[in-house]
Amino acid sequence: MLAALGLESVDDLFADIPSDLRASALDLPPPEPELELSARLREMAGRNRTDLVSFLGAGVYRHWTPPTVDQLLLRGEWYTAYTPYQPEVSQGTLQSIYEYESLIAELVDMDVVSASHYDGAAATAEAALMTCRATRRDRVLVSRGVHPQYRETLRTYMHGLELEEIPLIADGDAAGTTDLEALERLLADADRPVAGVIAANPDFLGLLEPMQRIAELTHAAGGLFIAVIEPVSLAVLTPPGAYGADIAAGEGQPLGIAPQYGGPYLGILASTDALVRQIPGRLVGMTTDLDGKRAFVMTLRAREQDIRRDKAASNICTNQALLALAASIYLATIGPHGLRDVAANGAARATELEAGLAAIGVERLHPGPYLNEFAIRVEDARTIHRRLIERGFLAGLVLADAEPDDPTLADALLLATTELTTPGDIARFVAALQEVLSGRPPVGVESGAGTERAENPVGSAR
Amino acid sequence: MSAPTDLRYTRDHEWVRVAGDEATVGITQYAADQLGDIVFVELPDEGRDLEEAKAFGVVESVKAVSDLFAPLTGTVTSINGALAANPELVNSDPYGDGWMIKIAVSDTSEVDDLLDGPAYDDLVAAG
Repeated sequence: MLAALGLESVDDLFADIPSDLRASALDLPPPEPELELSARLREMAGRNRTDLVSFLGAGVYRHWTPPTVDQLLLRGEWYTAYTPYQPEVSQGTLQSIYEYESLIAELVDMDVVSASHYDGAAATAEAALMTCRATRRDRVLVSRGVHPQYRETLRTYMHGLELEEIPLIADGDAAGTTDLEALERLLADADRPVAGVIAANPDFLGLLEPMQRIAELTHAAGGLFIAVIEPVSLAVLTPPGAYGADIAAGEGQPLGIAPQYGGPYLGILASTDALVRQIPGRLVGMTTDLDGKRAFVMTLRAREQDIRRDKAASNICTNQALLALAASIYLATIGPHGLRDVAANGAARATELEAGLAAIGVERLHPGPYLNEFAIRVEDARTIHRRLIERGFLAGLVLADAEPDDPTLADALLLATTELTTPGDIARFVAALQEVLSGRPPVGVESGAGTERAENPVGSAR
Repeated sequence: MSAPTDLRYTRDHEWVRVAGDEATVGITQYAADQLGDIVFVELPDEGRDLEEAKAFGVVESVKAVSDLFAPLTGTVTSINGALAANPELVNSDPYGDGWMIKIAVSDTSEVDDLLDGPAYDDLVAAG
């Protein structure tokens, strides 16, 4: 074929691409025998600390997963990431997507759910672009209470559009929640009308936001309101559909998906019926076939990229079908009462943790209401965090690492509890923290030992 | 099937009925037939300024989604609200009840650039 094209080598095919834009040769080590490589990878994997008692949340939460979830996912019929290109022959796949959409729609109390997105950050960014398309405006406001990694993803997706941050209240009863007066000022700029406003409930610091008020202010300015949600919390908190959100976006990981560094995760995206033609991702509907039998079909497909090309609602999104299925099996297995128990138990553990910490003089950083996650004030948080790892505890997130520009978060740890947190875990953690704060060395650990482990990656919020 | 001779046409298969400085816009029978069953028409808000040859809306059928292009520069004075509930009017009566928008035309000389009925028929025949 090269001869027919009058070329000497395959490289000549790429002559039009400047050399600095071409992929350089991969810097790979020499090959190794399989047994040696397996042993080395096992040794590396062994350095992961899976033994820690974890209080880490920050957007990703440990939950008990019924064994049905992983067992059913392993079935060959499901074990493909993609929706088939001739979808209607795969009625089972379509039914599973339809059930996912139905379950999530009930959870968020909204009309339309798309299946699905890479993760909560990607879903939030797609939501921001939806508001720009729907309003024909190009300015989006995001609360600093939204996860910092979501805000980073938003900055990427919003390139060429305008993205502004709404500050959090620095002190007082509402400290750590969205500054509504600042929001009103940003919305009042008549020359630069706002397409959408994004706020999270609970926010990144675990606090509950005045979502209804933010929705009202946004709508009064002609904008659309995006609620960033955590799905388990919706078993006990007001769902976004009930407080006037136009779009709900969030991370589906807590629904039966194990925390893992870097994903894969599940982006939830839902909207009102009015925005159905703006929502990217697959939509599956239920109908009847020629024989009057129940059938599942792709709907509104004409907006997708295989048909609309550059004018598609999104050319970035993909369906995380297997993980959407995991979420569906999880929800179907534990049911509405089970989900309420999961959310309520996590919240109950958090109040126990707060009380335990208060007893040793460690205070919350913010006074407002929370669900299952809150920040505490700890001097030299990074060192304390490291010393607790030496004692077998993952003391949540060092907030200064996540929000280095926020001086109010300089000496703080963000702690989360779930139904997997036991009262014993809390008692031992509080005791260990007290020891560390009083400067005593850990029992049974010699000076210097454990330091190397402590510097290894221990898993983290994505 | 000939295109009505009292209308003017774009090369993107929109038709225009010009009366003074007001123009009514829709898509041709040929376009509607090519698209198939139309299920949704997305129209601009009244008062929006349109620029000739720029997209002003979207027409969606069961098999395709296509942009609608403004035949003339002007301001939208009214839209056909009936299409929200009955988009199939575009298929059944494209030159009548299936109209889409009315425009207050800024520059009526732009009308001269549009095709007349026979010229549009030639365009369709040429494929």
